[in-house]
Amino acid sequence: MLFGVPLQALMGQLMLGIVNGSFYAVLSLGLAIIFGVLKIVNFAHGAFFMLGAFTAFLLAQHLGANYWFVLFLAPVFVALVGMLFEWLFLRRLYGLDPIYGLLLTFSLVLVLEGGFRVAFGSSGQPFSTPDMLTGTINLGFMVLPLYRAFVIVAALSSCLVTWYVIERTSLGASLRAATERPDLTQAFGINVPRLVTLTYGAGVGLAAFAGVLAAPIFHVNPSMGSSLVITIFAIVVIGGLGSIKGAIITGLGLGVVEGLTRLFYSEFSSTIVFLIMVLVLMLRPAGLFGREEG
Amino acid sequence: MRRWLLVLSTIGLAALLLVPFMPSLVYDIFVMKALCFVLFACAFNLLLGHTGILSFGHAAFFGTGAYVTGQLVKEYGVPTDLGILAGGLVAALLGAVIGALAIRRSGIYLAMITLAMSQLVYFFFLQAPFTGAEDGLQRIPRGVFLGIIDLRNDTALYYVVLAIIGAGLWVIWRTVNSPFGHVLRAIREHEPRAVSLGYPVARYKVMVFTISAGLSGIAGSLKAIIFQLAALSDVHWHTSGDVILMTLLGGMNTIFGPAVGAAIISTLGHYLDPFGGWVTVITGVVFMTCILVFRRGVLGQIEQRFQHRSEPSTSTEVHAEPDTSNSPNGA
Repeated sequence: MLFGVPLQALMGQLMLGIVNGSFYAVLSLGLAIIFGVLKIVNFAHGAFFMLGAFTAFLLAQHLGANYWFVLFLAPVFVALVGMLFEWLFLRRLYGLDPIYGLLLTFSLVLVLEGGFRVAFGSSGQPFSTPDMLTGTINLGFMVLPLYRAFVIVAALSSCLVTWYVIERTSLGASLRAATERPDLTQAFGINVPRLVTLTYGAGVGLAAFAGVLAAPIFHVNPSMGSSLVITIFAIVVIGGLGSIKGAIITGLGLGVVEGLTRLFYSEFSSTIVFLIMVLVLMLRPAGLFGREEG
Repeated sequence: MRRWLLVLSTIGLAALLLVPFMPSLVYDIFVMKALCFVLFACAFNLLLGHTGILSFGHAAFFGTGAYVTGQLVKEYGVPTDLGILAGGLVAALLGAVIGALAIRRSGIYLAMITLAMSQLVYFFFLQAPFTGAEDGLQRIPRGVFLGIIDLRNDTALYYVVLAIIGAGLWVIWRTVNSPFGHVLRAIREHEPRAVSLGYPVARYKVMVFTISAGLSGIAGSLKAIIFQLAALSDVHWHTSGDVILMTLLGGMNTIFGPAVGAAIISTLGHYLDPFGGWVTVITGVVFMTCILVFRRGVLGQIEQRFQHRSEPSTSTEVHAEPDTSNSPNGA
């Protein structure tokens, strides 16, 4: 017993919180990267998360594709779709008020979600956990389902890899340059429009990766991303879109807080993130990791 | 231009007044629903078009109006007129609170904050004991308006709704054309300058949030009375998205453009109903087209056409072209 609750329950919710937090971290990270370079808040982030899960579901269910293959292929496919979307539509809005980007990606949500609802209905499709990752590990103080452990490791490694690419490679250096001064970066001979397209692809690819990871945990359904993306927005307001580290830490932290809330005040578990956002806005309007926007 | 507008609005008004007498042509309940969205969209546009603030959570005010009125009229037997007033007032209060929080950030962050806040309101109505969760508040009695007009009669209800919507639109028109409205446009055009001129910008923003939310609440209250139902879809973010689409489609830089947009989208929704799930997809495609090629909206486009004709020497198109010099493309 700890704080008046069984240790088993505490650990279980903590675990679930970390799993959700890893999804939050990957999603807000993608949102932050896209915002950094495109100056657009990608409302369709949840829709791409859903698209990733559905792609995985369709590949696995209808073509019998191997899970590891799907885990790689679905994000790549979604990244291509995202790049096409950026190339065809989104780039027409650069230089306009950023709210148009938000609205265009919102309209994409309507199209994608509506389309999938027509095709597959609103109810969830089950997605089985890969054989290799079924089963549990007994940690002594709790029983940890293997797949959940895998999700946490995979999600956090993808965050780490992204952070490494952006902060430590020359590609990342050009990306950061394009974030600060696109015109000068272009003058140095870097193909900025292509970099922008790639960034959007990478961002939504990350979302799709999270979607594939989430598929065996949640049911695969058309609206699985839209409620998530609103929570992600609140997380991004709390953490600020400016920093990659901030996005990861805030995402993970709020997942844990949410899990613990479910244990202690379950009626607040769906709203706690928004309530924290209100608190942060009152005390530190720029966000925990944010710079004051101009 | 002015004369044309006068002729058109007279015809429109006459048509609206005659609706209950043409049951074979139009369904009056549908027109009432469209009218609610007309007021909702025009109220929303006080923020987007006239102050330059994108609220992505206006369904919170619309739905709060609907639930408050529904609950008061149904459970506490409050007269319908007072119920609608209370719906508007509570929504206005909520608008003041959410507005005060949201304006601590600007632009894109503000949109995300309002969306998150409206999700908070959504969860409140989902979980509160009196709202009937997924079923919504059903069988709200229409009651008697001002003690004499029996609203169970659809025709009587229609004229009451028309009168209230008309009054709401008049308030919006007065607000936009008042000194207060001029300050709002100053904030939209150049906020730092408005600040440096000594205007308490934050207070102005909260005030316009309150007015906009109050009128949106009244629109929601009316919808609850008309359909005798306050449902979760009224507070859902889809409704927030719909009202943005209506406003953009109609023309956000006009006063009554959003009304045109609301009429178009309501009509689309009404006649596309048999297509079921496709409505969302079609709405999405209309939305996309609107943002990509049609940012002035219907009324904005018409207005521009007229201006073009009257002063052919200056092309307004030039000013409208996006400034691409600081785009991320660097092109």
